[in-house]
Amino acid sequence: MEHASKTFFDEMHLSPSTVRDLYAKYSQWLGNVSGSKLESRRQEAELLFRRVGITFNVYGEQAETERLIPFDVIPRILAASEWKVLSSGVIQRVKALNMFLHDIYHQREIIKAGIISDSILRHAQYRPEMINVDVPNGIYAHIAGVDIVRTAENQFYVLEDNLRTPSGVSYMLENRKMMMRLFPELFRQYSIAPVEHYPQMLKNNLRAVAQSGVKDPTIVLLTPGAYNSAYFEHAFLAQQMGVELVEGQDLFVRNNAVYMRTTEGPKRVDVIYRRMDDEYIDPLAFRPDSMLGVPGLLSVYRNGGVTLANAVGTGVADDKATYIRVPEMIKFYLGETPILSNVPTFELSKADDYAYVMEHLSELVVKEVQGSGGYGMLVGPTASKKEIADFRLIIKANPANYIAQPTLALSTCPTMVGQGVAPRHVDLRPFVLSGKTTTLVPGGLSRVAMREGSLVVNSSQGGGTKDTWVLQEMETQALSELQVQPEASDTEKVALC
Amino acid sequence: MLSRTANHLYWLARYIERAENMARILEVTANMAMVPNAAVSEAALWQPALEISGNADAYKTHFHEFKASSVIFFLALDEKNPSSIYSALFSARENARAVRVAMTSETWENINTLWLEFQQFQGKNLAEEGLRELCDWVKARSHLFRGVSAGTMLRDDAFEFLRLGTFIERADNTARLLDVKYHLLLPQEEEVGGGVDYYEWSAVLRSVSAFQAYQKLFNDTILPWRVAELLVLRRDMPRSLHACFAEIVSILENLTNGHHKECKRIAGEINASLLFGRIDHIFQNGLHEFLTDFIERNHQLGLEIQNSFLNIHAA
Repeated sequence: MEHASKTFFDEMHLSPSTVRDLYAKYSQWLGNVSGSKLESRRQEAELLFRRVGITFNVYGEQAETERLIPFDVIPRILAASEWKVLSSGVIQRVKALNMFLHDIYHQREIIKAGIISDSILRHAQYRPEMINVDVPNGIYAHIAGVDIVRTAENQFYVLEDNLRTPSGVSYMLENRKMMMRLFPELFRQYSIAPVEHYPQMLKNNLRAVAQSGVKDPTIVLLTPGAYNSAYFEHAFLAQQMGVELVEGQDLFVRNNAVYMRTTEGPKRVDVIYRRMDDEYIDPLAFRPDSMLGVPGLLSVYRNGGVTLANAVGTGVADDKATYIRVPEMIKFYLGETPILSNVPTFELSKADDYAYVMEHLSELVVKEVQGSGGYGMLVGPTASKKEIADFRLIIKANPANYIAQPTLALSTCPTMVGQGVAPRHVDLRPFVLSGKTTTLVPGGLSRVAMREGSLVVNSSQGGGTKDTWVLQEMETQALSELQVQPEASDTEKVALC
Repeated sequence: MLSRTANHLYWLARYIERAENMARILEVTANMAMVPNAAVSEAALWQPALEISGNADAYKTHFHEFKASSVIFFLALDEKNPSSIYSALFSARENARAVRVAMTSETWENINTLWLEFQQFQGKNLAEEGLRELCDWVKARSHLFRGVSAGTMLRDDAFEFLRLGTFIERADNTARLLDVKYHLLLPQEEEVGGGVDYYEWSAVLRSVSAFQAYQKLFNDTILPWRVAELLVLRRDMPRSLHACFAEIVSILENLTNGHHKECKRIAGEINASLLFGRIDHIFQNGLHEFLTDFIERNHQLGLEIQNSFLNIHAA
């Protein structure tokens, strides 16, 4: 019914009666399991999530209204071969983006080559403070969340590169833990690549980007505080890595160094994994009204007294205007062909694109180049004639301010809904880590739009999550994945091998 | 450890202890109300519960008379009363949330579950039904909190700050309880051993789980100065002032940061007065005076702990 007008690729079914090989065992299991068992497992998960406090806060609501992100007990499964493409694709992308960020704050070769216009230097997220500042290993986006959608068996698109403070990785880890607890029998049947070593991998990467000469760097995680919507994740990661979870008030700057206030006196901090936006980290440099930041932090950072992850100024590389150029960046910096495609995007500054878009407004999504959060946006297929006519005038006034994309037929995955199992649209966010090397754990966060027909997977709009299984080709692969992650103290030894 | 973290842990433990003591006061008062005694009015029964916690004035701004149902609501569930069980548990959980990293997951989950379970009491008329359940539940949860933290946490400063909060709060609460009860019962001292007094004093003992200990140690009728001795000077009585200070002194020995000499001095001084004090001397100078002075000095120690460990500014 719901998809009568349009067909969507389903992650589990080739047709209503044909199951993809990948899901064969799972589908059989699902067919045998009773609805009441699934429902009781779902309730158990909810109870556990609430007890552990895996909740997110909604601004302006009372403390009691902490919400759970809906968790779906049916996993999303990816084949080893699919993962190989996805993982090498996102690694390639993040490498190019890091090189781009270094370039745009140094030589600006990409502007000289005519690939990116110098208007980017006037972009709101471009930070002149970072010009000619050298960051360790040239890494800017230490943690990147790349949003991927699928439209067909072999067609994946990158929707967005999140290079500021991407969140969601704690759900990837907690969902896995939950699934292993609820359905141990499935983990015996399937050989599922582990993701549990993410925090250790993150910590190793953060150690690798301490300023040179620091032997045993002190890492902290800087959170806006317990009322931030992602606070659970901040606390979770700090605990998993065994580092202090600090707020701005715990840090202070003295003699070109950052210290934290401890019961035993000040202690020097070397690497700050900060989970707040540029604008808030230093009231002396950015928003003077920020109560969350550390006065003087930016100046220490620019002088190499501390490392920030992610670096200041990454926002210039993850907005829509830059997104369009990522495939060209990959060719320019790496000399490689992009493994993953962008969503086809029309730039209204170009005459041909402009003409096409104005003819097809009812089929396209039109977005502001620097807009965010759905303001100044037209969703053609659901807009009224009047809305389209109005928006046409707005575009005409300043075409260069807009891009347009087709609405994508996002793949669906069977999902538990009120009275049974039904297809719901999903996306995927793997988390790419850069330090010494660029790498990621085999998995990511699958977000699912819980409402029938909805394409919106954001948790703020009722989206849920699923565990994401990357199947292993052979058992040996699992071992090598794990061995990449040595204990912190063994780093040097392993590097010699 | 981070001063802010230490601060949250210290207050987390204080709030849990505060909730437990409030539950004890409510429980004892409710028990007293069941003793048949026409001479004692509802107000005379419930007003002391407010005075122990220093809440009588705040109460009067909201309510006109000392009715059981309003006092119970005010002390147990009222969000507007900063000393209610509701407020103590809410603050405990908020403090815990801010530093959930600094404790074991089991300790955090215990506090989080406590808050979730507490919701079942919301909106109930406890005077009619559910007060005993609430009191039992709060006490059990508080025991569980100490058990889980003792059973799972690394013996580092985080653990010591939790314990420090527990004992500073407990010492304050025991002293207040004894002071108010003594004050109220004193005019009738000649009749101690009579019916109502016996219940009153045994209620005081029960409120700090000391009734059985009293029987064991003194094997005698309940005498006010013995109750005082038990709750002030006996080190082997876990809720006594001396027992609390023996713990506090040893915790401060473990928490050394080079600039908390004043903390140690104050704690040592109070401890010495409890270690070497004699109950007849205390009575000669007045128990009320002694307890008032104790509460003040314990408060001073709390402030000094705050200065030495918890509010460290860029030096």
